[in-house]
Amino acid sequence: MNNSLIIGQYVPGTSIVHKLDPRTKITIIFFYVFTVFFANSLPSYGVLVVFALASMLTSRVPIRFIMKGLTPVWFLIIFTFILHLFVTKEGTVIFDVWIFEFYSGGVIQGFAISIRFFLLILVTSLLTLTTTPIEITDAIEDMLRPLNKVKFPVHELALMMSISLRFIPTLMQETDKISRAQASRGVDFRTGPIKDRIKAVVPLLVPLFVSAFKRAEELAMAMEARGYQGGEGRSKLRELKIELRDIMVYLLFACVMAILFLTRTYS
Amino acid sequence: MSKRLIEFRNVSFRYGEEQPWVLKNLSFEIYEDEWVAIIGHNGSGKSTIAKLVNGLLFPQQGEIIIDGQQVNEASIWNIRKEVGMVFQNPDNQFVGATVQDDVAFGMENRGVPREEMMKRIDETLNAVGMQDYRLTEPHRLSGGQKQRVAIASVLAISPKVLILDEATAMLDPSGRQEIMETVSKLQNNQGLSLITITHDLHEVVQADRVIVMNEGEIWDEATPRDIFSKKDELRKIGLDVPFVAILADELNQVGITILQEPLNHEELLEELWTLHSRT
Repeated sequence: MNNSLIIGQYVPGTSIVHKLDPRTKITIIFFYVFTVFFANSLPSYGVLVVFALASMLTSRVPIRFIMKGLTPVWFLIIFTFILHLFVTKEGTVIFDVWIFEFYSGGVIQGFAISIRFFLLILVTSLLTLTTTPIEITDAIEDMLRPLNKVKFPVHELALMMSISLRFIPTLMQETDKISRAQASRGVDFRTGPIKDRIKAVVPLLVPLFVSAFKRAEELAMAMEARGYQGGEGRSKLRELKIELRDIMVYLLFACVMAILFLTRTYS
Repeated sequence: MSKRLIEFRNVSFRYGEEQPWVLKNLSFEIYEDEWVAIIGHNGSGKSTIAKLVNGLLFPQQGEIIIDGQQVNEASIWNIRKEVGMVFQNPDNQFVGATVQDDVAFGMENRGVPREEMMKRIDETLNAVGMQDYRLTEPHRLSGGQKQRVAIASVLAISPKVLILDEATAMLDPSGRQEIMETVSKLQNNQGLSLITITHDLHEVVQADRVIVMNEGEIWDEATPRDIFSKKDELRKIGLDVPFVAILADELNQVGITILQEPLNHEELLEELWTLHSRT
């Protein structure tokens, strides 16, 4: 089994983007995603693009990793662009082919929407590229803490997430082992019609589920033996701390937002 | 005589009303700083004993006293602080995402402050020789390493008793060796009572006392050497007798008298090369 298995798409690094508190990153991305839809003039888009590209460059994540994250959405971006070309009938006609007329408004709208898509995907994948799943879990637990007041099981949710993350590699190794064991007994996973191949998954899933349930039971017992009694009175080893750099980034982001709202057109 | 730490008084246990008794009227004591090995074949009730000590199960009859407290619903959280347990499957008891998170888990449950946790993590990982793996994820560790982390996690809450419930059963020989070395080092350095539960007679050699379980009852309770001398009976209750003991027996039969029952290869070797000077 592949020993360098990485959960998610985290790319280790020491840049300031990596070091930022995950809560800072999530908050900023939330507001960024929100304000992307407020941009409507060329300079306001410019501000957003500069911010996204600057964060990308400071993170020092190799471009190919970012591009890999974007591959599934290229189609969507191009499709919406083309859709806008055909559907939007604003502005002047630039050119016409056969029965279709292409308007300037369509081109502009198409570009605008594509850029928005591109930026959304870029910043959100930047989060998962520079933050470990565990950090994200910690941040979510911390940010959801107010919900404790309405009896929402925040700690349990976070524990569930972190245990799932912990067991993903274990279960993948197990899947690999079972599929080899079944292949050695003559189960064919790779050839034949799709119907047969789907059927071949059954002898893989059944043992996997059985063992997962057994693991769950043993894990529960081991946790209890180590004194686990729920979220109350627990301390935490991993600590989230807002540092000076987080405050600087917040300030910087506030400036970016201010410029954005100054440069967008109001009509 | 050192202090009595664990006491079973006429304990009987079964998993359900209609089920057969797993433990039948069991009584024994374990003292401070003692290493007791509990051995028996599958289904002899040995793992049930471990779960009873930790309050994961409660007996239907009799009582269990640990460090002066009776094990019941009210006292289990105190008792689980005194009794640490390492289970069989290295993967299914690894809770944390990394080694240090796993060691911290038990301490987090008890609300230990963060600075204290950092200190304890360093100490316990050093004690089991895993200090270089603090940030490693579990799937990058071998079975033996995972079990050493499990031992460190238990040590972090400074228990008085450490129970290894077949902790080496799923490991390869080198992993087994790792664990046995770690454990005997700990027992020497930390003044810890140790209960090792196993079906492998090789692992009882270093213990101070061996309790042999059969059909839910104590079949024998003696030093490893005395136990080893009862080879035929051990075989009858389904235990594998180590090669050295069998060899010593055979040698005796062909007229080479081995005076002291050897526990390992070194002792047998010692007996053999000094044989000539005796005769």
